[in-house]
Amino acid sequence: MRAMEKKISFPLKDKRVLEELHAGDFIFISGTLLAARDQTHRKLLELLEKERPLPVSLSGQCIYYVGPTPAPPGKPIGSAGPTTSYRMDAYTPALLAQGVCATMGKGKRSQTVKEALLKHKAIYLATFGGAGAYLSRCIKEVRPLAFEELGPEALLELKVEDFPAVVINDLYGRDFYEESQEEWAKILAGERT
Amino acid sequence: MKQVRTEEIVAKVAQAVEEACKILPNRVWEVFQKAQKEEPSPLGKKVFDILLENARLAQEENLPICQDTGIAVIFVELGEEVKVKGLYEAINQGVAKGYEKGLLRKSVADPITRQNTGTNTPAVIHLEIVPGDKLKITVFPKGCGSENMSALKMLPPSAGLLGVKEFVKEVVKNAGPNPCPPITVGVGLGGTFEKAAYLAKKALTRPLGEPHPEKKIAELEKELLAEINTLGIGPLGFGGKITALAVHVETFPTHIASLPVAVNIQCHAARIKKLEF
Repeated sequence: MRAMEKKISFPLKDKRVLEELHAGDFIFISGTLLAARDQTHRKLLELLEKERPLPVSLSGQCIYYVGPTPAPPGKPIGSAGPTTSYRMDAYTPALLAQGVCATMGKGKRSQTVKEALLKHKAIYLATFGGAGAYLSRCIKEVRPLAFEELGPEALLELKVEDFPAVVINDLYGRDFYEESQEEWAKILAGERT
Repeated sequence: MKQVRTEEIVAKVAQAVEEACKILPNRVWEVFQKAQKEEPSPLGKKVFDILLENARLAQEENLPICQDTGIAVIFVELGEEVKVKGLYEAINQGVAKGYEKGLLRKSVADPITRQNTGTNTPAVIHLEIVPGDKLKITVFPKGCGSENMSALKMLPPSAGLLGVKEFVKEVVKNAGPNPCPPITVGVGLGGTFEKAAYLAKKALTRPLGEPHPEKKIAELEKELLAEINTLGIGPLGFGGKITALAVHVETFPTHIASLPVAVNIQCHAARIKKLEF
């Protein structure tokens, strides 16, 4: 199937929308994202373990792995590209169980996370690593939700418009990183011989 | 003796960390433009377009190129005829000032408590004493998405150059999309455990894509780059040809029983600023 450009809005009311997304699709996200990285995840899991309420409902949400730079005067946020996702692997299955239906960062996920994605019918997205200035333009508003003492690791709500991303892991067990690397390794091996 | 004032070091280092994080060096810019033409994958080409647009916007809007403004790695070449007081403190003050004033992200934490130091200091400072009356400071903010994908192996000499190449390729392949390719691969070959790691980092401070002056090392760099660029990882790991922009190798004589090889990975945002006093 050829990759398509599609639009999606989070939080999702109807998770069946995800059925239309396939590994390799280029998507534009509107609505809100939850910004969280290492320490934020640790804190959320502590709350879950203690059976305490979370600062926000995770149902239908997309978590974006980002630790932005401080916002300059007149701007909602500084540079805000993705951080490497595997560091959140240990925490992801528990958050998917709470209703998170998408996560976004950069880089590969573990086998355990991929299985949890299938189990909870959630997807994994990658956005453009190292393009923090470019991506910050798609972030229109920022609202701190919790853990402000963590500075760049605070839990934030980001209002976004046409935020670009690529579907890596879809509901059908496909992995765009693995497929595309394999495909291009074959093409490039052909060029060499 | 030539005297360098600490106030001057503080001010110039502060300005250098900010510029390094916000202004993509011209050379990297040119390498991106060339790679955009060479990359056969449409999505890979788009990645280069976005990275170039990102660099333009960062400069125009005074924003960091990447939100990971790094841990400050500083290489110092101190001339024997230079007199300077409190050099390490001046560098750290400059780093703290630059990260604060430039609205850069402070990403340095205690390794045990994970408590952020709040100033992005201490910097990692490497000092070399050299002949002459110059003080040279290279400011190298190092993002850790790529740093985390680095590795070191103590190979047996029997592994030979083939073993070295296999290890370098294995590190790049395992890293895949994680370190924000297209990467620069710094390789430290020889010396001891810590010398190899130091050389791998030092190799990354060379102007992007400039071959090593020694022919046999330059050839190794060229061969490694060609082989890495058949792995298929491509720009940001979305598949394609340009997985690496360059391979830089530095060597040092080693023990007859040893063949240390360190691989230090640099993301596409090859940020660096060189100062001379």
